[in-house]
Amino acid sequence: MGKTTVQKIFDAHRIDSPVEGVSILTLDRVFCHEITTPIAINDLVARGKDRVFDNTKIKAVIDHVTPAKDSKTAEQGKVIREWARRHGIKDFFDIGENGVCHAIFPEKGFVRPGFTVIMGDSHTCTHGAFGAFAAGVGTTDLEVGILKGVCTMRDAETIKINISGQLKPGVYAKDLILAVIKMLTVNGATDKVIEFAGPAVSAMTMDSRMTLCNMAIEAGGTCGICYPDMVTVEYLWPFIQNDFASKEAALQDYSKWLPDADARYLNVIEFDAGSLEPMVTFGYKPDQVKTVAEMTGTPIDQVYIGSCTNGRLEDLRIAAAVLKGKRISPNLRAIVSPATPKIFSDAMAEGLIKIFMDAGFCVTNPTCGACLGMSNGVLANGEACASTTNRNFNGRMGKGGMVHLMSPATAAATAVAGVITNSPLFNA
Amino acid sequence: MKKFNGKILFLDRSDINTDEIIPAKYLTEASKAALKPYCLEDLTLPGFSPKTDIAGKSVVVTRANFGCGSSREHAPWVLEVNGVNMVIAEGFARIFRQNMFNCGMMAVALPKEQIAEIFAEFSGVEAECATDMEKLTLTVSGGGKTKVYPFVINNFDLELVKAGGWVDYADRKY
Ligand code: SF4
Repeated sequence: MGKTTVQKIFDAHRIDSPVEGVSILTLDRVFCHEITTPIAINDLVARGKDRVFDNTKIKAVIDHVTPAKDSKTAEQGKVIREWARRHGIKDFFDIGENGVCHAIFPEKGFVRPGFTVIMGDSHTCTHGAFGAFAAGVGTTDLEVGILKGVCTMRDAETIKINISGQLKPGVYAKDLILAVIKMLTVNGATDKVIEFAGPAVSAMTMDSRMTLCNMAIEAGGTCGICYPDMVTVEYLWPFIQNDFASKEAALQDYSKWLPDADARYLNVIEFDAGSLEPMVTFGYKPDQVKTVAEMTGTPIDQVYIGSCTNGRLEDLRIAAAVLKGKRISPNLRAIVSPATPKIFSDAMAEGLIKIFMDAGFCVTNPTCGACLGMSNGVLANGEACASTTNRNFNGRMGKGGMVHLMSPATAAATAVAGVITNSPLFNA
Repeated sequence: MKKFNGKILFLDRSDINTDEIIPAKYLTEASKAALKPYCLEDLTLPGFSPKTDIAGKSVVVTRANFGCGSSREHAPWVLEVNGVNMVIAEGFARIFRQNMFNCGMMAVALPKEQIAEIFAEFSGVEAECATDMEKLTLTVSGGGKTKVYPFVINNFDLELVKAGGWVDYADRKY
C-alpha cells in the first residue's frame, strides 16, 4: 500500500506507538515564542527539569508583543530571553532582529522537506509549505518537546486537494484558501492533514504556499502540505548548498517525501482555481466566506496588512502596487506590519515603505500585535477591520470588533475606498 | 487522578473557540490561578452569563468542534482553575483535546444523537454527571431522570489522565 507524505514522515520519525493510531515522533525542530513558552519554562524549572534536548534544534523568538507593552509582557520576554541564554540557544531572535514566528523561521532556512516541527502556536501548519510535518501544540506538548525532543500525534488521514487551473490576475493564495475553508468548513479537516497539489500550487511561490498552508488549521487541519519541488529547492538553496552537489541532487533527495502514486487518501477533492474570485469573510468563523463583490460597500474602520498569513514581501509588493500614488480614505486608519526585519528592509529598498507612508499607512515594526488583539492596532467595540490575518473570531482583534479576512490586494483597495471593494488588479 | 463528577454547565453551540474560552489579552498572566475571573468571557450565548453561570460547575456539555482555534493551553487551564475538569462534546479540535489529556483532564466525545439527548433531557434542569473511570461510563442525572452513557477513550489518553499529565510520563518513558 502506498503512503502519503505525512505517513512517510511519521514512519521516518516514529519511536513508539503506545496504542494503535498514536505515534511518538522524534522532532527536528521545536519553535518557541514568548506567549506560550514561558509557562513551559517555569514548569520545567519547578519540576527540577530545566534542560533542553538539543539547543541547535530549538529556535525561539519574541514576536507577539514586541517591544513589550507593559510589565507582564516584559516579564514574558525576560523568561524566554534568560532561558535562551542559559541553554545556549543560538537562534533566538530578540528586539531588533525579531519577526513573526512563521515568517522568520522559514526565512532563516530552518524548515526542510521531511522535517517534523512543533510549536506552541496553532499556525505552525504554515511550515508544511516546505513538505514538512508541522503542527501546533499546547504548552505541555511544547514542554515535552523542549525536554525530550519528542511529541505525541494521532496518525492523521490525508485529504488531497487537487487545485487545477490558473488564478486570475488579482486573485491570490489567500482567496484560494478562504474558498477551501468555506468548502471544508471549520471542522472539515479536524485530525486530518491537507495535501495541496496540482498545477495551481506548483505555480505558486513559497510565500504563497505558506499563505495556503497557514490557514489549514482554520479548517481544523493538523498540517497543510505542499510537495517539495524546484521552487522549494531554490528558496532553500542558500541554506543547503553545502549539503548537495547541485539543486537537482537536492530535488532528487527531497523527492523521497512525495506521496506514492497508490497512496490512500481519505478524500481527493478536485478544485478549479481558474474561476475563483477574490474572497472575504463576513462573520465570526473563517468558513463564513463570500466573494468581495457580494460584500462591496461594507464600512471599515481599520485596515491591517501583516501577520504570518500575509505579511511577507510578496504581500507588501501586491498591496503597494494598489496603493501607489493613492491616499487612504479619511474614513479609516491603516497599519502595515512587515513580518520580519528582512522583509521590512527589502520593502524599504524597493520603495514599498515609502508608498505605504505616502498613502497614509502607519508602518510598525515586525510583530503579531494587532492580529490577536494584544497591541499595535487593537479594535474598539463596534469597529470593523479589513485584515490580511487568519482569524475573525469574536473579539480576536479587540473586544466587540469585527474582522473581515481578505488578501493584501483587497485590503489595500479597501483602504483607498474606505469600504470593502475589489482591487483594480482584479478584472471580473 | 482528578475527579470528573459534578454539576453540568451546558454551552449550546458548536465551534466554541479558545479565544472565546480565554481572550488573548489574558495570555500575559504568569499563573493559571490568575486566569480564573476571565473564563468564557468572550462567549456570547443567549441565556449564558460567564460571571454567574460557571461557579459550582464541574463538567461542560457542548456540541461539535469545541476548543477550535488557538493552541493556547490557557483554555483547559482556565476551566481547571474554575473547577471544570471534563468537557463532553460531539467532538473537539485536535490541539484542545490533546491539551486536556496532557493536563490530566477529560475530553469525552459522544455521538451527536446522545449529545442532543442530554441537551433535550437535562439542559433545562439542575443536572449532574458522575464518571466511572473503571467501567468508562457517564451517569447523567437531574429532574428525576438518570441516563447512563458508555464512552470510549484510548489507553494512552487514559494513562495520561491517570498519570495526571504528559510531562512526567514522557520523561520516564522516552
Ligand atoms: S501573526 Fe497572528 S496568527 Fe500568526 S502567529 Fe502571530 S498572532 Fe498568531
